[in-house]
This record gives sequence, C-alpha cells and structure tokens, in this order.
Amino acid sequence: MTPRRPGPTRLALLAPAALAVALVVLPMLGLLARTDWGALGTHLRAPVVWPAIRLSVLTTLVTVALCFVLGTPLAWLLSRARGAVATWLRALMTVPVVLPPVVGGVALLMAFGRRGVVGRPVFEAFGVSLPFTPTAVVLAQLFVSMPFFVLAVEGAMRSVDERYDAVAATLGASPLRIFTRVALPLAGPGILSGAALAWARALGEFGATITFAGNFAGTTQTAPLAVYVALQNDPQAAIALSLAMLLVSLLVLGLLRGRWLR
Amino acid sequence: MSPRRWSMRTLLPALAVVALAACSPATSEDTGASGTGSAGSGGTVTVLAAASLTEPLTALAEAYEQDHDGVRVALSFGSSTTLAQQIAEGAPVDVYASAGESALDLLPADAAQDGGRATIARNTVEIATPPDNPGGVAGLQDLADRDLDVVLCAETVPCGKAADEVLERAGISPHVVSREVDVKATLTKVTLGEADAAMVYHSDVVSAGSDVTGVEIPDADNVTLTYPLLWFSTDPDVVGFAQYVTGDAGRAALEKAGFLAP
Repeated sequence: MTPRRPGPTRLALLAPAALAVALVVLPMLGLLARTDWGALGTHLRAPVVWPAIRLSVLTTLVTVALCFVLGTPLAWLLSRARGAVATWLRALMTVPVVLPPVVGGVALLMAFGRRGVVGRPVFEAFGVSLPFTPTAVVLAQLFVSMPFFVLAVEGAMRSVDERYDAVAATLGASPLRIFTRVALPLAGPGILSGAALAWARALGEFGATITFAGNFAGTTQTAPLAVYVALQNDPQAAIALSLAMLLVSLLVLGLLRGRWLR
Repeated sequence: MSPRRWSMRTLLPALAVVALAACSPATSEDTGASGTGSAGSGGTVTVLAAASLTEPLTALAEAYEQDHDGVRVALSFGSSTTLAQQIAEGAPVDVYASAGESALDLLPADAAQDGGRATIARNTVEIATPPDNPGGVAGLQDLADRDLDVVLCAETVPCGKAADEVLERAGISPHVVSREVDVKATLTKVTLGEADAAMVYHSDVVSAGSDVTGVEIPDADNVTLTYPLLWFSTDPDVVGFAQYVTGDAGRAALEKAGFLAP
C-alpha cells in the first residue's frame, strides 16, 4: 500500500487534534519557561513551601488509607449487590465526582461545621469543632476522592468471577474470609490504581479544602492552597511549588502507566 | 453486562478528567468578566474591584447601566492583590478599584497614564462576630483570648495587612485559625458561625447587616485605608463610569455601604 498523502479530511482532523494537544501542553511548558531555574533551590526553601508539602503528604496518605479501609468493603458489597438500592448507592457515591469542589466544601460545612447537622451537637457536647483543623482537610479530601477509589475498586471486584466466591463458600469459607482471601488479592491491581487515582485527586484538592478547612500555614494550608496564596506575593515560590506538584503528578502517572495509558 | 452496569473502563478516565479539571482555583467572581473585552468594544466597561466594594459597586453598575442604554458594566471582585496581579499579567480591564494602596505596587508604573486616578473612599478595620457573639468579644483586647477562633485575611491581601498592623500595634496575638483569600471569604467564616471573630472592614460589617455583630476598634488603635480608583483609557464609557463612581452618586452609594468619605 502506498503511503497516503494527508488529504483534506485528514487535515481537518489534524488541526483540532493539534490544538487539543497545545491546550494541555502549553500551560505546562509555560510553567517550565517562567521558572527561575538558577534560584529554584532558594524558592523551594521559601517558608510557605515546606509546611504545605508536609501537610499535603500527610493528609493525602491518611485520606488514601481511610479510602482503603472504608471504601474497599463498600466496593465489595456494591460489586456483589443486585437491585435498586445498590444502583442508587452507586450513583450517590459518584456525585462528588461531578460536584464542584467548592460546593462540596459548603456541604461539608453544613454537615460538620460548628453549626452543622452533625457538627453542632458534637461542638455543644464536646467543644470540638472540625473546621480549621487538619482533620477537616482529610474530610474534604475524602469527600472528593472516595468516589474514585470506590468506583475503581468496584470495577476490579466485579471482574472477579463470582464462581470463585461460590467455590470458596462450598469449601466452608465465611463471607469475610471470601472477601479477604479471594476478592482482595484478585482485585489487588484495581485497588492500587484506585488508591493512586484517589491520592492524585486528594493532592489536587483546593475548593472543598479552602471552603471547609480554611487556609492556615502548617495546619490547613495544603500545597494547592499555598500555590494560590503565594502567587500574590511570591510568584517564584508559587511556581517552584507548582513544579514540585507537576513532578509528583508525573510520578503518579508513571506508576499508573500500563493501567490507564495502555 | 446488564445495561445499568457502567463500564469502568470508559467511565473512570472520563470522570477523572472532569474532576481534576474542576479543582482549579477561582477568584470569587472568577474571571468571566475579563474575557468580554476592553475599552470601546461594544460599550462594555470591565471593572475589577476589591471584594469589600462588592455591594456599592454592584449597585452603582446596575444604576449606571439603567441610565446609559447599551453600556454594560462587567464586574469582577476579588482580593485587590489578586486583581492587580491579573492586570499585570494582561487581564482586560478598564477600571480598577483597590482597597488601600499597597496592591498598586503590582501594577506597571504607567498603567493609568492614559486614564486617571481618584480616591473614592476610606475604610477602617472592625471586628465582626456571629450575631450572638458567642465568644463575648467586646473589644480588641478580647482577641488575645486563646480560646477564641479568629479568622483574618491572608497576609498578602490589604485586609490582612491592615489587621496585622492593628494587632501588632496593640501587641495582641490572637488564636488565628485561618487566613482567607479575601475579605468576603473572611467575613463568611463568621456569618456561618465557624469562627468566633474576624477582622474585616467597617463597610463589610455594615453590608452584612444582621448576619454579624460589629465590634468597633477605637481610632487610636485602628488603621485607615484609602480606596483608589484607576481607569486605564479615555473611552467615554469608561471615563463616564469612573466619573459616576467618583461623583455624588458614587459617594452616596459608598457611604450607604459604610465607607467613609475620601
């Protein structure tokens, strides 16, 4: 077959395709171009950077751990459930994915704030209020990232043949044992990629965090918040921190390669 | 596969894209206004203004549009610092109003050489508490109580700088739980009852009405900010709106909103 010359149809596709690539790649190149490479080390040592990175790392790890502990059983139950309840529950768990994060933050305030549905009785009984604490940061991250984890893991567990459950059951395994010995190992790769997705989403969380947890260095100012605030008085620190996050994102993508980029 | 079973392979990456795209930060009004064009483009006057000017400028813009057929005033509010940064980065703007003069340093020196500049108002700092004042705040000294959760504006924005100056002069270091991106976000933490006190502008307390209780700070301990208005072109609509704001109508609206005469 002779190589085809790019006909008009091909060009008509090529132009929007190139534009799509440019729209995604140019901002990242812009970040690299505006970086003051010589002073990058200094900027990375700006007081705003380290507490933000530390807080982001700690809170996102807690978030992913909680996603695993709470989300895996849910994913398992959903993957084996039939009927309307499961369908509705699945849809409900997906809402935060399409909900603007700021709305999520407002919702969290209405639930867990000092005057919230849950927050008020807790505050009145124990004097504990969640907003402005690292716990609030984790809650905000959980709200936005749990759906990613549950959907990914449920998908993986669905593909575990139900006959394995049946065989294990006939051999006398309890449902809990089937979950831990059959479903968990077989869904392992799905759990890993779910965790990576949830972690990436938690790391990028901005809207719900600043709305619900506030913004205070060392306590609730995660890396994205620090980037936003630093841009006002120390743009180079903001760029340095952005670069660090870009690097982390690429790293996560590298780990996911083969699962999502195949 | 049953019809209601969502294909994870198609759904998840799509959802990931949606959610990750939705987590970009936005100023309170976003930059929707800035895209609509600059001086002379079909009679749209693009105004970027300090968050504290939200109520009076919104009212003035509506009144001006009603009196001037075909003129549209596009408003965007945010922290003066963020807006000045956006202008310096080339955001389309015809009129800029800043809280205090500090943010003006971010503008190019010759920014208003084609237009003009006038001072439209002054403002002072005031303590805002939830309506029932749960912390029993009666004056500036009460903020020293470490049991009170206090919210301030970020160090980088004018209301945060002003609050820091007031606190420093009084030798008080309150228990600050969050530093919000602009004065309205700061006020919101009090109107929602999440914080016991916030330091905002007198005008914000006036605008918030019964949603907050204001606790005044004596003049001797307070700082006064002037509000400069800059316009960047000689376009008649732009100059017309600037004159409207600096004139009697503007003065009346600003005073009604709790601002002091310039």
